[in-house]
Amino acid sequence: MMAQTKLRAVDSFVPPRGDFEILSREIYGKPLVYLDSAASAQKPRQVLQAMTAFAESEYANVHRGVHYLSATATERYEGAREAVRRFLNAAQTDEIVFTKGGTEAINLVAASFLAPLIQPGDEIVLTVMEHHSNIVPWHFLRERQGAVLKWVDVRDDGSLDIEAFDAAIGPKTKLVAVAHMSNVLGTVAPLKEIVTRAHAKGVPVLADGCQGAVHETADVQDLDIDFYAITGHKLYGPTGIGALYGKRAHLKTMRPFNGGGEMIREVTQDLVTYADPPARFEAGTPPIIESVGLAAAIDYMAGFDRAAVKAHEASLLAAAREAVRPLNWLRVVGDAPGKGAILSFETEGMHAHDVATILDREGVAVRAGHHCAQPLMERFGTASTTRASFALYNTHADVEALVAALHKARKILG
Amino acid sequence: MDDSLRELYQEVILDHSRHPRHFGPLEAATHEGEGHNPLCGDRVKIYLVVDDAGRIADIKFEGKGCAISQASASLMTDMIAGRTVAEAEKLMDGFLHMVKGEDAMDLVGDDRERLDIMAGVSAFPMRVKCATLAWHTMKSALEHGMAAKTT
Repeated sequence: MMAQTKLRAVDSFVPPRGDFEILSREIYGKPLVYLDSAASAQKPRQVLQAMTAFAESEYANVHRGVHYLSATATERYEGAREAVRRFLNAAQTDEIVFTKGGTEAINLVAASFLAPLIQPGDEIVLTVMEHHSNIVPWHFLRERQGAVLKWVDVRDDGSLDIEAFDAAIGPKTKLVAVAHMSNVLGTVAPLKEIVTRAHAKGVPVLADGCQGAVHETADVQDLDIDFYAITGHKLYGPTGIGALYGKRAHLKTMRPFNGGGEMIREVTQDLVTYADPPARFEAGTPPIIESVGLAAAIDYMAGFDRAAVKAHEASLLAAAREAVRPLNWLRVVGDAPGKGAILSFETEGMHAHDVATILDREGVAVRAGHHCAQPLMERFGTASTTRASFALYNTHADVEALVAALHKARKILG
Repeated sequence: MDDSLRELYQEVILDHSRHPRHFGPLEAATHEGEGHNPLCGDRVKIYLVVDDAGRIADIKFEGKGCAISQASASLMTDMIAGRTVAEAEKLMDGFLHMVKGEDAMDLVGDDRERLDIMAGVSAFPMRVKCATLAWHTMKSALEHGMAAKTT
């Protein structure tokens, strides 16, 4: 209890509840307690209004027409690219490729960067805490080209051992692919150290930043990382848009991904030549309205002191962690030092889906299942966990509602 | 407590899930199937002995899952043992109607009464798949014999 009080004392951040209309609604007659932001974050009014205003007064297709609106929309779309560049501190705007999400960003690297380099027996190093979006694209290369997946384990507390990367990265390694922050354990990977060690052996590194970009700071120049994937909808932005940061030197040499309009220089009956990055990787009409929403989300986040937000989320996690510590029927999965604000747990004699159903009737939205991380579930000897994830709009009252609902689940199912 | 929750997690269901009937392997199985719910990672295996007269002489199941899926499998094995394949399939149709909240005209008498404990699932659309997994797996096992797999 003392620890909790102390933690609250240092948490002076005031969650901007009023920006998120949805947070004031009720579910089954109970106030919504939204603890599923790791799956998708709610969107503030500023993001929704920016998209609506753009669609109502400035919308047209980009890079095509010579007319006024097309020029305006293009300016907004390219402005969003600049917003992402700033957000990730990339050196140049053309190192930012818009995708439809984090998954597509990673698939792009697999198909356009790595696939042409893979010979049978070449290795891809990844960790057991990866989301399926950072596993399955590499499985494609295993199935189709004989790549070998080398798995870096986590410790029992969910932390990563940097020495394990050293051991896994060998002369045949062509890429290290690692989540900046685990969507199940909350573990934050020591990215800079991983990049340093991988680069020492000439191996490029991709980070899945879908969680990390939200809760950690991603400075791609400081990290010296080769690829960094983000998604809009976890960043308080819209679905349907994400981005890939790629070092210019890589992007320049990469073959196209999807074929279509916008990604070409010239098309004849016999030949096609391709545009320079990033256009080369953006075939077809891009998510234009969503790009405006993503830029608005980045602006929105920039309006807060990121360190204060992080301290707030850490304070919520610590309070939740302390509150469940006495429960001998609950096992937390992932207790790594410095982890992000995600609490995954198993409940003795109670399946995660049953727990989540009861929590739901209390208005508490959590995720239950394998969280698209089946190798990690296997590593911890379980099929599913219940996961509460915290965001900048959550409060200590949310934590209390979670804990009360857990007690209720125990009463019904235990 | 919320009435629909009370109905979903009524004592009979929790009892089936905690003490499943017909649980375990069945060496003599003539038919078996494995079902997988990719949403939650739950798995269930159904073993059946179908005799020459088309009667389900024995049935067992194995697996891990939520209270709903376990109770449903337990109840199903309890009710199907001794019936013909045709009767089992008819029962399944009735059960599927019921958990989807549709009119289960085809369920009668005792069957309706016994399966009625699962009817509360219809108020939880996200959980219907949990309740139907064992049944679909049973049907697939009957259709495909020893090599059946369903997802």
